Amino acid sequence: MSEWRAAPAPFARRLLTVLDIDELGAYRVLRVADVETPEPRPGQFAMLATAERWGGGEDERPYLPRACSIARRRIGESHFLLEDVGPGTRRLCELREGDGLWALGPLGRGFQPPRPRHRAILVGGGVGIAPLAILQDALEAEAATDVTVLLGFRDGARAQGAALLHGARVATDDGSVGHHGLLTELLSQELYRDSRAEVYACGPAPMLEAVRAMCATRDVPAQLALEAGMACGFGACYGCAVPKRGGGYLRVCVDGPVIDAGELDRVCEHAGAPS
Amino acid sequence: MSGGEGAGPGAVPGGRADHDDGDGVEFCGLSLAHPVINGSGTFDAIAARRAFGPALERDFPFAAYVSKTITLAAREGNPAPRLWEAPGGLINSIGLPNKGLDGYIAEDLAQLAELPVPLITNVMGFTVEEFSALVGACDQRPEIAAIELNVSCPNVKTGLDIGADPQQLAQVVGACRASTRKPLIVKLTPNAANVPACAAAAQDGGADAVSLINTLRAMALSPQAGGERRPWLGGGTGGLSGPAIRAVALAQVAAVAARVSIPVVGMGGVQRASHARDLIDAGATLVAVGTETFRDPATGARVAAGLRALRRTGEGFPTA
Repeated sequence: MSEWRAAPAPFARRLLTVLDIDELGAYRVLRVADVETPEPRPGQFAMLATAERWGGGEDERPYLPRACSIARRRIGESHFLLEDVGPGTRRLCELREGDGLWALGPLGRGFQPPRPRHRAILVGGGVGIAPLAILQDALEAEAATDVTVLLGFRDGARAQGAALLHGARVATDDGSVGHHGLLTELLSQELYRDSRAEVYACGPAPMLEAVRAMCATRDVPAQLALEAGMACGFGACYGCAVPKRGGGYLRVCVDGPVIDAGELDRVCEHAGAPS
Repeated sequence: MSGGEGAGPGAVPGGRADHDDGDGVEFCGLSLAHPVINGSGTFDAIAARRAFGPALERDFPFAAYVSKTITLAAREGNPAPRLWEAPGGLINSIGLPNKGLDGYIAEDLAQLAELPVPLITNVMGFTVEEFSALVGACDQRPEIAAIELNVSCPNVKTGLDIGADPQQLAQVVGACRASTRKPLIVKLTPNAANVPACAAAAQDGGADAVSLINTLRAMALSPQAGGERRPWLGGGTGGLSGPAIRAVALAQVAAVAARVSIPVVGMGGVQRASHARDLIDAGATLVAVGTETFRDPATGARVAAGLRALRRTGEGFPTA
């Protein structure tokens, strides 16, 4: 499979129109009309802000746009997966059909296709399953790769998010759906069954760190989609720095958000993501 | 003054100034297409080229490009977290990551020289000698049209910002003045008891212009309730920017413009043309945008177009 190359993003934020917003358990799936955006690469993201009432909430927040993975592309549409975890995501969850949404993107470096004859194992936790949906679409469109999907959630309401992808094995912390336990236990089974695989992971930092460590031990290549607090999304603010192997920092927005696991000593808690 | 032998605005590669529509501004011998530039450290043109491709040069939003701060030695920057969203603004504690002077000249300068506008290089030393060495090195580079001094650096002995003490500031600016004939801009710190006195000291030291305001020192505590509450930012304190500081910026720009005769670059919380017009009406020659660029990279172009429209409709600043 040849390398996936991203087209440059338009050099200004654009005002898009909300088509609808659907409940998906504890999450919302936001669909916006988006005809002109260049085709995103799986793993890329956009900086989002509502056109109305962005600011003026509690503590006069939100102010900065929020980085959101592009969950899916359909002809003329972009889809985002949202969870209300703070003033910005709450405001985004309140969007209704016809509302305006500012979007800048697609931004960042996305996933790369697996090496030949390697199975793709998609490992997603919580709202971090979003970029794996567009990745599953892309892998299946090329039909050259076996795809295994493992998704983990805190509880049953969140586990309904698994419907964003198909054919997923699910783990929940509370045992209400699927495997009662950690997602990495499912990953361990899969790697035991066939370790000729490439792992694609996105989710909370402790989950990503567990995935990174397991893949490093078994010499399995892994691509990790990270989250970090960022003000701009295009390399200007230097706010989203994460420590890299050998010293120094990577900027999650332009060096990532998808980082080869080998570039990190460990995945740090992403303190500071505006939510 | 001009940029010296062969280093004036006409010699800047790709430099252009379109005066046909009357928006052009003369600033320290540089001919700029309009009065809107970027605040140092708020736009990374090299990273932006990766994100936006050729549209960056085609639609370049600023009339001059100000680099992030360059120090003598390379710096990795502060540990995370580096950002905090404040009411109507942002507190940052980035810690001036940069490749150092040698890395900047070897790796970045050629790319920045390709931008379609003059390049202003921002430098910071921790001693007078470091400032002088940085400015002297920039003086040798024809790609650099002007030099801005970041004087919001702590004096190693006193812990106070060099730029907050008029005497120390005059000494630093004087040493830099002796090291270059290029236009020298002093980026004043707002965290000083008497900002106009600092501006006057910069002028007395030989500055060609002053720019203000830099970020206001600010802090946030970790939100976890109970137990020991630590500063949220990895660097302890940070700098506040955005709409939250706009009124402070206006007051300081007005006070400084009333005190000095050299041009003033005004900045602080500019989101749209009316905010830029306020700063110009208060005495600024140029206006810089910063934090709003984080929300929309095309902010500079939007503000410049808005100023043009205000001027045409007669609601703008005097055209004289």
